Amino acid sequence: MAKKSSFPPSPPCIPCRLAAIGAVVLALGGGFIYVGGWLSPTRLSATRIINQFQADAGQHPGFRRNHAKGVCVVGHFDSNGNGAALSSAEVFAPGTTAVIGRFAVPGGNPSARDGSVPVRSMALMLTQSDGQQWRTAMNSTPVFVIHTPAQFYAQLQANQPDPATGKPDPAKVKAFFAANPETKPFLQWVAAHAPSSSLVNASYYSIDAFRFTNAQGQTNAVRWSVVPETAYSPVTPQETSNKDFLSTDLVNRLQQGPQRWHLILTVAAPGDPTDDATIQWPSDRKQIDAGTLVLDHTDPQVDGDCRDVNFDPTILPAGIKPSDDPLLAARSSAYAVSFNRRTREEAQHGVADHKQSSGAAS
Amino acid sequence: MIAVQKHFSPLARLLHWVMAPLILAMLFIGIGMVSTVAQTHDFLIAIHKPLGIMLLVLVIVRVCVRITRGSPPLPGDLPKLQALGALLSHYVLYALMAAMPLIGWAMLSAAGYPIVLYGGLHLPPIAPHSVYLYAVLRALHTDLALLLFCTVLVHLAAALFHGLIRRDGVFSSMARGGPRR
Repeated sequence: MAKKSSFPPSPPCIPCRLAAIGAVVLALGGGFIYVGGWLSPTRLSATRIINQFQADAGQHPGFRRNHAKGVCVVGHFDSNGNGAALSSAEVFAPGTTAVIGRFAVPGGNPSARDGSVPVRSMALMLTQSDGQQWRTAMNSTPVFVIHTPAQFYAQLQANQPDPATGKPDPAKVKAFFAANPETKPFLQWVAAHAPSSSLVNASYYSIDAFRFTNAQGQTNAVRWSVVPETAYSPVTPQETSNKDFLSTDLVNRLQQGPQRWHLILTVAAPGDPTDDATIQWPSDRKQIDAGTLVLDHTDPQVDGDCRDVNFDPTILPAGIKPSDDPLLAARSSAYAVSFNRRTREEAQHGVADHKQSSGAAS
Repeated sequence: MIAVQKHFSPLARLLHWVMAPLILAMLFIGIGMVSTVAQTHDFLIAIHKPLGIMLLVLVIVRVCVRITRGSPPLPGDLPKLQALGALLSHYVLYALMAAMPLIGWAMLSAAGYPIVLYGGLHLPPIAPHSVYLYAVLRALHTDLALLLFCTVLVHLAAALFHGLIRRDGVFSSMARGGPRR
């Protein structure tokens, strides 16, 4: 083949070209390592949050890293159709949706005393007939203690037990609250409201705001709560003397009959913050009673239906979306790390798949 | 007489150059979404699942195209060890391109997660709800992703080596078509 050029082609600079190939590979590999966070160990990650939970509460293989102590419950949600004004999700159409739930005590210690914390939590997984799911993990306080994932992590660090005493250093805890004034509404609310005597006479709140879109395409910011039909009463020292008074009481009450809550949707007015779980919306905001949550029996968490559920609050049916609250993504990310660790531990320790043999697993 | 095929077919080249950046993007999205607690986490997860299923569809088409249209032979003077490496690395690439989305889909199924493509559009589970299975598949998804990323880097380096150093036509067999006659 004859070349048209009258000049002989200059020999390529082989070392230059090899270096260029190396540079391309290094840039891609380096970028990957950077995105994975390996180059920035001080960057806040889900792994670091979960590691800090373990540093605070110790190693409890197979258990959730937070809300480790809990009880599974089963029931359903009877929608009255009113919620459809806000969201097109099937769960709000008139009818019944199956519910798997879990009551828990905050913290990473699965044998904590029920009376050790003022907060109770309720997590729910509602599975629509079309297979879409609404998972929510709620607390019994209408405001959350911190605003950002970084503050959450700082609080976990402040709560790490001092090796000398086995307890958190009060000075560090105090310093954390002093440095983070966003915690004030939470502290004030807890100071003004004695914890409930039971899991079934407490209200539970969505913590974060969400975006609800109805069939007409209108979107509103919404927070929800479940409000008990059972009248609230404050806990007594006699009750808290029993380490497991909440779960014992729950089992007793459900043996007497189903327990009911109303699902209340609260609609934000323009300008209400949706990205800050430490700020309550004014009490005059529009509220819709969307129906009744009925819980009718408990299961031990060791083999109950709730055990293998990650109550990730960003798993939502069409018609509900996360808001701009920065806690939501961090919760999703951290819950996933906790779920991955405990399922791996369950598999390693040969824990039976829950009720697989009896065919009750969904 | 049929001329020896020197270039990949136009469809094979199209599939390769569409999938290459998407696979790289998937690997970066995957490693990023599990490490970050920022709000991009939700966004990255929402892309990762439908993109994975799209890549699964593309790789099925691609395997069919590869089987029916074949591939140009490697240069005769390529050292045997390099030729073997080329053969093996391509099997690994195809295997992982198909396995990664299937494992991801099965892993979500085993965990009981809804498999959301977009809004109300869900895929059915392809594996039973089982923590054992989830634990195995979840670890495998990460391990094979790292293997895929390393294989892609080797593939890229080898392609550039063919194109810039050996200049033996292997790179251009995928980079462009043959002269039209």
